[in-house]
Amino acid sequence: MKLKTALMGAVACFAMAPAAFAERGADGNVKVLYSQAVSIMNAYLSSGTKDVEAGSLVLEPLAGFNEAGDVIPRLVTEIPSVENGGISEDLTTITWKLIPGLLWSDGTPVTADDAVFTYEYCTHPEGGCAQAARYEGIASVEAVDPATVKITFDGPKPNPFTAFVGATSPILQKAQFANCLGAAAPTCTEANFNPIGTGPFVVTDFKVNDVVEMAANPNYRDPAKPAFATLTLKGGGDAAGAARAVMETGEFDYAWNTQINPELQAQMEAGGKGKFVNAFGTLVERIEMNMTDPSADLPEGERATAKHPHPILSDLNVRKALSMAIDRQLLVDVGYGAAGRATCNLVPAPEIYASPNTDCIAQDMEGAKALLEQAGWTDSDGDGIREKDGKKFTLLYQTSVNAVRQDFQALIKGWWNELGVEVELKAIDGGVYFGGDPGSPDTFQKFYADVEMYANNFDGTDPEPYLAQYTCEKAPRPETQWQGENINRFCDPAYDAMVVELAQTRDMEARGALARKMNEVLTKDTYVVVPLVDRGRLSAHSNTLGGVVLNTWDSELWNASDWFRVK
Amino acid sequence: MTDTLPAAAVEAAFKPPRSQWRDVWDQFRTHKGAMVGAVVLALLIFFVLFGAFIWRIDPAFIEPDAVKMIRSRNQPPSWAHPLGTDQLGRDMLARMIAGGRVSLAVGLTAMLIAILLGTTVGVLAGYFRRLDGPLMRMTDLFLALPLLPLLLVMVLLFRDKLAGVFGPELGTFLLIVFAIGVTSWMQSARIVRGEVLALKEREFVLAARSIGTPSRRMILRHILPNVMSPIMVAATLGIASAIITESALSFLGLGFPPDFPTWGRLLFDGVDYLQQYPERVIWPGLAISLTVLSVNYIGDGLRDALDPRIRGR
Repeated sequence: MKLKTALMGAVACFAMAPAAFAERGADGNVKVLYSQAVSIMNAYLSSGTKDVEAGSLVLEPLAGFNEAGDVIPRLVTEIPSVENGGISEDLTTITWKLIPGLLWSDGTPVTADDAVFTYEYCTHPEGGCAQAARYEGIASVEAVDPATVKITFDGPKPNPFTAFVGATSPILQKAQFANCLGAAAPTCTEANFNPIGTGPFVVTDFKVNDVVEMAANPNYRDPAKPAFATLTLKGGGDAAGAARAVMETGEFDYAWNTQINPELQAQMEAGGKGKFVNAFGTLVERIEMNMTDPSADLPEGERATAKHPHPILSDLNVRKALSMAIDRQLLVDVGYGAAGRATCNLVPAPEIYASPNTDCIAQDMEGAKALLEQAGWTDSDGDGIREKDGKKFTLLYQTSVNAVRQDFQALIKGWWNELGVEVELKAIDGGVYFGGDPGSPDTFQKFYADVEMYANNFDGTDPEPYLAQYTCEKAPRPETQWQGENINRFCDPAYDAMVVELAQTRDMEARGALARKMNEVLTKDTYVVVPLVDRGRLSAHSNTLGGVVLNTWDSELWNASDWFRVK
Repeated sequence: MTDTLPAAAVEAAFKPPRSQWRDVWDQFRTHKGAMVGAVVLALLIFFVLFGAFIWRIDPAFIEPDAVKMIRSRNQPPSWAHPLGTDQLGRDMLARMIAGGRVSLAVGLTAMLIAILLGTTVGVLAGYFRRLDGPLMRMTDLFLALPLLPLLLVMVLLFRDKLAGVFGPELGTFLLIVFAIGVTSWMQSARIVRGEVLALKEREFVLAARSIGTPSRRMILRHILPNVMSPIMVAATLGIASAIITESALSFLGLGFPPDFPTWGRLLFDGVDYLQQYPERVIWPGLAISLTVLSVNYIGDGLRDALDPRIRGR
């Protein structure tokens, strides 16, 4: 009898196990560590990645991106397309259908009015909305019925997945934010710190720039999720400390952006407590060639402007030779390990926009030397430095202060010295270099150097605005207070025409082909931009945390509702 | 009736009089810490000055061949690289030698500038009543200025110009030395002024004045030797803080070009590898600590030796 009871108990346990596994809140607490602390939960009032990602646990957009960069539904029944009638034939409207019966975490229904309100909130003329770019080109957003949102654009929009798509444009609850429009937005502390959302978690305690405590959303649309009852999101520290907290001490289950040197990565992984996960997005470490003369002899206001072309780097063969002398794979091995890969492209992803160009991967020192000889740069006086018309080949190479970048500088200087180029290095504090202060001579926009190195990427999956940065009129110059995205002052009317053409091209295949061509114009045809490393995102999670899928196209915590405890 | 002097006393009387510096040296020798410090500092200076002639590897040399370069990285100490290699395969011993040269040169030169300025201001303010007010207010002004922002502005304004005239390395050296010098003289100026004010009232100064000694000689002959000991202490502390300030500037990217090794930069570069290769931090850290410690002990010994009130006890 006793045996029978025990057996039945065991059977019952086994039968219950899968059910228990799929129950909301069954897995207790999960601890997440961000090396930058969260200061607000509302993505519209902060451009900081950490705030956007923390907010994504609570506030959700209509649709998001998956790890491949495809648009996936979140609060809607399906992704609109021209085929299913969600996008109009002329590409000027897009219509979203909300999931029926969807509730906010306070139990009230989600309606199309909330989306309309969100649009008004971010485009309010008095409010400084950090994500206004996602709502550009919209003529109106209207609620056709409580479950249908219709967006009308100013003109045909080949990529309509900007508004309400991705973690940077979530839906706010109208009832909660109604009094927070425009200038009042930052004053609504309670709403900004404890927003009512549709995501898997709700905020229970918010300590600014320290820790956010969350609990499972009782009204989440999937009754079995999230598996964790509570989530603790701690902020602060640095990348190495965050990696250590997951990989060595096991205090945390997940750490964001654990960019550390490859040796340390290998050593921590050998500990066996956790794993590094990486995914590649569009972040490319590159060298930009200055097309204008940054010489200090020129008067202020003319220095580094289109009035004076660069005396050395204006020659295509010179730029090409400098690129050929670089061994990109070695740079990856030294600086990034698993979190990087050599690239020749400015736009390395998504696949449809990525050029198959791999010409630059193999280092060709002899070819580079021959190219310089051909361009007229010869070492006539035997001092190891090439000259042409009495001018020595010397370059000033600047970047921000960062251990990996300084290693890159030293390596690249070595190769260029071998080529017969004298290189002077300069490292500038990141706050100044990227600070954009027009009064400082050391900003990357001012570019008072011959070549400079930094990394940049584009938001979302469409490279159009990114490629459009390299038009003539976007060059930083005194008239624009040294603002502008065309850092190297590349100017080619043919390229400008391609930018206009890209904006008018609707067919995806044609867009891809054109974008690939534009990428090649900037890289392998002109070597104005010399891409070095495609930098992936590297995060760490403990072996006891399951379901982690790293995503570079959306919030890193995009699928936190699917996370579970490995038992 | 005639008492003969003892032989020893006669001998002593015929000996030439002992010079002041001889006394100083004798006193200095009795200070054990100072002697050890002097030997260590001499060895360090010898190491950085002549090390490069004995150890002839280029501190910036990176293996050009990719495969060899990967193998040469992060080597433990060996006969080929007694202190190992860094993350790019550069020889650490050669980098320590090159870095020490810069760090010691910056420390000593900046200290000299600071002491020269501080002593001049302090003596003038203490000795001439009319100058006291303006000079001390200027000192207060400099003390009130936040040091780091001031340095940043100076670097920003003058770096390119100096680099144009003297080349990037010498230009940066002059700028950093000058910047550290002119922003660290205030403490010594205050100390010196206080001492001078007290000395001015002493009888020997009054006596010297009564026989018409001009101010210039008064300062050089009677005042300066007596304020030597606080100046020495300020100077030794100054070397240490100058080396450390240079490190901080290099770290902010405002010091020397990033491929230019200094002890401070080697230390900061090593911090990333602290866990895996602690020696990367230990060597430059040890060198900086040894320099600072030995200079402090030398200063301590010198103060005892130079102060006529302590000497001979």
